Amino acid sequence: MARNRSRPLSPHLTIWKWGPHMAISILHRVTGNGLATAGVMGVIWWLMAAATGPEAYAAFIQCATSPVGYLVMIGISWFFFQHMMSGIRHWVLDMGAGYELHTNKTWSLVIPVLSTLATIALWATIFAGKI
Amino acid sequence: MGNGTGIGRVRGLGSARHGAGHWLTHRYTSVSNLLLVLWLIFSLATMPGLDYESVRSWIANPLVAVPLMLMLVSVFWHLRLGMQVMLEDYVHDKGLNFFAILILNFYTIAGAAAGIFAIAKIAFEGAAS
Ligand code: HEM
Ligand code: HEM
Repeated sequence: MARNRSRPLSPHLTIWKWGPHMAISILHRVTGNGLATAGVMGVIWWLMAAATGPEAYAAFIQCATSPVGYLVMIGISWFFFQHMMSGIRHWVLDMGAGYELHTNKTWSLVIPVLSTLATIALWATIFAGKI
Repeated sequence: MGNGTGIGRVRGLGSARHGAGHWLTHRYTSVSNLLLVLWLIFSLATMPGLDYESVRSWIANPLVAVPLMLMLVSVFWHLRLGMQVMLEDYVHDKGLNFFAILILNFYTIAGAAAGIFAIAKIAFEGAAS
């Protein structure tokens, strides 16, 4: 990209002391793109398998219920809750609210806790149904 | 800046003023993602079983097939806009960026089409078969 070399660049990533709001920001990007690739492909595989026939569906279920399959699904569900909650944080920031340092930091710390709790609640419900 | 061809006159003037539309559509689709994906997660978690028959008879219901298709439209639209922003931030070479966004468009259309076709097939065949 063309830029005027005689003008300074603002300081970037490396110069800042890390804080929770930065982690939330980059996590929003990581989780969004993770869902957009792995998450969405999982859903499409599930739908295509169900549309194709019993054998294809059995192959899907075999992969999904393997230890790695559960790990991936639990990961994707945490990604979703994390992205969803930081997405709601974006809505608030978009309205111009929540930029005070203390408020911003608090929500940045609360969101991963909430998304972890939501993930635990979801899988507890699923595994409770299986016992 | 030239004053001959159209492209010569607009080059260097900045954005084409489509940014706000991109941004707003991303917010709209984030609202529908929130509703529709939560609905899918809740439905999957509370279904008695996720075996072939249960899943097909669930999807065959029009009141499931339609929101499920809408969910794919919303999610793929949102992801198309979101990944474009990510690519614009990280892929600086103009040619590579163009190529990456081309692939992103193919991915979006192909993925959404596959998913919607699968739902339609199940819905029109009915739960059996
Ligand atoms: C370690 C620190 C940083 C991290 C992890 C980070 C991460 C990110 C991420 C993930 C985005 C895109 C998502 C979003 O808009 O929320 C973003 C956007 C942006 N960042 Fe950073 N960033 C950091 C530091 C900085 C610094 C130091 C600057 C400028 C001096 C900066 C300027 C911007 C700008 C202008 C945007 C675009 C915002 C928008 O499109 O609304 N960032 N950053
Ligand atoms: C499973 C469905 C979803 C997928 C695949 C997805 C994917 C993405 C992607 C790839 C990005 C771009 C990330 C970046 O450029 O930093 C993004 C951004 C965003 N997402 Fe999602 N998302 C989903 C669900 C949601 C939900 C439920 C919400 C809201 C509650 C939401 C709110 C947002 C917002 C506000 C942004 C823009 C952030 C910014 O300005 O950088 N998303 N999403």
